[in-house]
Amino acid sequence: MNAFQRSIMRLRGFLRKEALQICRDPSSIALALVMPVVLLFLFGFGVSLDVKDVPIAIVLDDRGPEARDLAERFTLSNYFEPVLVDRFDEARQLLDRREVDAIVQVQSDFSDRLAHGAAVPVQIIVNGTDSNLAQLVKGYTLGVVGLWSQQRAARGLSTSSSAVTIQQRVWFNDAVNSTHFLVPGLVALVMTLIGVLLTALVIAREWERGTMEAILATPLRVGEIMVGKLLPYFVLGMMGLGLSVGLGRVMFGVPFRGSPGVYLLLSTLFLLASLGLGLFVSAAARVQFVAAQVSIIVGFLPAFFLSGLLFDLESTPWPIQAVSHLIPARYFVSASHTIFLAGDVWSVLQWDALFLGLMAVVLIALARSRLGQRLEG
Amino acid sequence: MIQSADESVSERSGETVLGVRNLHKRFESKGGPPVEALRDVSLDVRCGEVVGLVGPDGAGKTTLLRIATGLLVPDSGTATVLGLDSVRDTLQIRGRIAYMPQKFGLYEDLTVQENLDLYADLQGVEPAARAPRYTRLLEMTGLEKFTGRLAGRLSGGMKQKLGLACALIKSPELLLLDEPTVGVDPVSRRELWRIVYQMVDQEGIGVLVATAYLDEAEKCHRVVVLHEGRKLDEGTPASFREQVHGHTFVVQPPPGVRPRTIQGRLAGRPGIIDATIRGGRVRVVTEERDIAAVTGAMPDNLAAAIDVAGPTFEDAFMKLLAHARSSQSHANLPAAQVSTGVSPHPREPEATIHRGESADGVVHTRDLTKRFGTFTAVSEISFDVHRGEIFGLLGPNGAGKSTTFRMLCGLSKVSAGEVRVAGRDLRRAGSFARQRLGYMAQQFSLYGQLSVFENLRFFGRAYGLANTRLAERIEWALDEFDLRGHRDMASGRLPGGYKQRLAMAAAILHEPDILFLDEPTSGVDPLARRDFWRRINSFAEGGVTVVVTTHFMEEAEYCDRMLIMSQGRELATGTPDEIRELARTEDHPDPTIEDAFIALAEGAARPRGKEGSP
Repeated sequence: MNAFQRSIMRLRGFLRKEALQICRDPSSIALALVMPVVLLFLFGFGVSLDVKDVPIAIVLDDRGPEARDLAERFTLSNYFEPVLVDRFDEARQLLDRREVDAIVQVQSDFSDRLAHGAAVPVQIIVNGTDSNLAQLVKGYTLGVVGLWSQQRAARGLSTSSSAVTIQQRVWFNDAVNSTHFLVPGLVALVMTLIGVLLTALVIAREWERGTMEAILATPLRVGEIMVGKLLPYFVLGMMGLGLSVGLGRVMFGVPFRGSPGVYLLLSTLFLLASLGLGLFVSAAARVQFVAAQVSIIVGFLPAFFLSGLLFDLESTPWPIQAVSHLIPARYFVSASHTIFLAGDVWSVLQWDALFLGLMAVVLIALARSRLGQRLEG
Repeated sequence: MIQSADESVSERSGETVLGVRNLHKRFESKGGPPVEALRDVSLDVRCGEVVGLVGPDGAGKTTLLRIATGLLVPDSGTATVLGLDSVRDTLQIRGRIAYMPQKFGLYEDLTVQENLDLYADLQGVEPAARAPRYTRLLEMTGLEKFTGRLAGRLSGGMKQKLGLACALIKSPELLLLDEPTVGVDPVSRRELWRIVYQMVDQEGIGVLVATAYLDEAEKCHRVVVLHEGRKLDEGTPASFREQVHGHTFVVQPPPGVRPRTIQGRLAGRPGIIDATIRGGRVRVVTEERDIAAVTGAMPDNLAAAIDVAGPTFEDAFMKLLAHARSSQSHANLPAAQVSTGVSPHPREPEATIHRGESADGVVHTRDLTKRFGTFTAVSEISFDVHRGEIFGLLGPNGAGKSTTFRMLCGLSKVSAGEVRVAGRDLRRAGSFARQRLGYMAQQFSLYGQLSVFENLRFFGRAYGLANTRLAERIEWALDEFDLRGHRDMASGRLPGGYKQRLAMAAAILHEPDILFLDEPTSGVDPLARRDFWRRINSFAEGGVTVVVTTHFMEEAEYCDRMLIMSQGRELATGTPDEIRELARTEDHPDPTIEDAFIALAEGAARPRGKEGSP
């Protein structure tokens, strides 16, 4: 046997051991295959960033036909669930009790002013507790009022709205469906958990059980340990990816406008970066408890909050934006959104690919430097 | 390039396979002075030779083995393995040696066969060479029938043998074993040594084995004694024995006197290095080659037959260690060497024998059984412990000692049978009954971040001590357990032996009537273990009932009575004499407790059950 054949034999033995351990450990299977399903269901059905059926109170101080027509618009809209109340006091109480999120008040001189072509104020009060929702509700109520006045204008009826109107058009996610936005991001979360948490745990476990000391004392090379640990969890991560994307497509009808090849390339780079981080954490921590804590703090939480998975990073303060540039998940979430919803836009994707590739190289090199042939770092 | 085994044996015989020269290694420790793990250690291991590395905890045994494998880099000095430098040629060395770390290095979620396959792959064993090697190793270790079993489901002794088989998967030129027999039953220990010698004889390998069992040192060709990183001495077991020739005596207690009482009188006396109980008699090692130190320490009413005894390696080891310690500063001396008195109120020998003061003992069990699912961890164990008695639960790891213990203390539910402590079932009895108990858990269960004093204060208060009483007891404990010098040190940073003493101090602070000690001497060096048993003796002399578990068979000699367990079952119950009697044969007129265990485990002796019921 030459040196290469012996190396292949060692690697084969190590890989078979890893595969057997994964198959016999229900928790790694659960993390890789059950968790994506749970997360998808949770986010697909449970969490929605869309505004639908928002309860509002409408106070009609003017009972004229125009005022009723406007109120009707709210009723017809998908976005609102209006309650008609007689007095502003009642509406206010509803708002205080959080039974409605907004109040639309049509004042008593509505019809008069409309008839005279004067400016017609419609009062909109929005509960600002949840600022995100408040912004959306405000926008939608303005939209309803705006649409109503446009249509009146089109029919030649008197209106006070300006001649310039806003034409809204949503690109890429034309249904403005948040599930279509969430699912691609979730894939990043699933792969972070497999890549960082699971990998960090399994190497720390070898240290804790004393098996690392035993295998280090064999001719096994550090490079072989690296490949032996990376490859099985790479496969597991890719299975998690396939499952998440498949379920997203089938259950939630998420579009996929880019090409699978490009997506595969980017997810490979991202998974390598995650695995590198996981290896680094566990090589440095050596204790499962610490490895789990650290990988949640440096892996999972940033992937959740700083990747643009839940909300747009552009609207966050600059220090947070700056930090987010160090998070691999950020580039993958951005690339996924592009590939799923827009297509292969290379001008955007090339940068994501470049940074992910760089991070993968740096993190794996870092892990390699921590994982020596000796017990001391 | 690869020689056949026969060729290499003849060619290499006598060749140095490991040469260690002037090794130094220190470790930084957080918040403390750096630890000098090795200080100028040199040794050689030659082909076909078994060298024992013997020393108490923290002597530097593991560090030396790890340097030889290249797992650690020495600060200065060299380790040359098969002519290669351990730092520069690490990878080349690793292909030619075998190393079994303390935890065996087995994957518990792989089967026996899968573990063997893994190590064969890692060691680059040719596929064609595997089948015969597997057959041979499995036959040697007796694991043929268990190839499909997960390593995690094997008994301690089988794990140890599988670990050895994995290490020997490719005939190594040097075998390094790190405390391969800790906590393993005597039968398996004996088998391990048989396998090692088989490999040495057939393949001519060199072996360096670190061990804490002093009787194992006698089985080596040569022994190197390490203490706190320094090499104290080196030689054949015979040369060590020669050092204490004429220094060893054996005292036969007069009828009706417990050997423990005599041992208590002798231990720690000036001129006496060591006093232990072996085979129902007290073995004494003296400073001078003179019996006077022994006779002078014996009061008239205990005047007993004193004989010259054949020296053992252990005697020499104790003498070496005592000298090493007395040459150090006084502050480092353990209590064993400082304190003179044994028990503040030694009872008269006539009063030491209690017989059936009540129908049931202070601790009473009948057919005590514990099942975990389909697995029976403890099966129908019955015994009684009487007031002031030291009762030992003996057996290898996994015998069910700790499970029995937890049921006694009310920490674990009883599956069947009954258990009473001071007439109560502790699972139902309130804190009042627990007040009378002291419990020392197997693992260090004190608060690592609290200081010695804070831990004592906390445990004292938890047991209802307060004000001046609490202060008095803490002062007593600091003196009695020699902890005053470490009063304000975080207990997590204490050296091993001190931790154990603190744990015991916390258990006894509230002056309990009954003391439960779970493996109090596990992982403690021979000196500290002696110290420990002296304290336990003195508590028992003061009327405290002690129940203690241990996997050191020789410690059974310190007990009044014992129950030997294996695989959840009772092998025998009785006094040390009665137990030894079970193994007495014409060939073996003077068996030890360990001999008795082996005989019982192999079915040679018929166990005597249900001893101790009135």
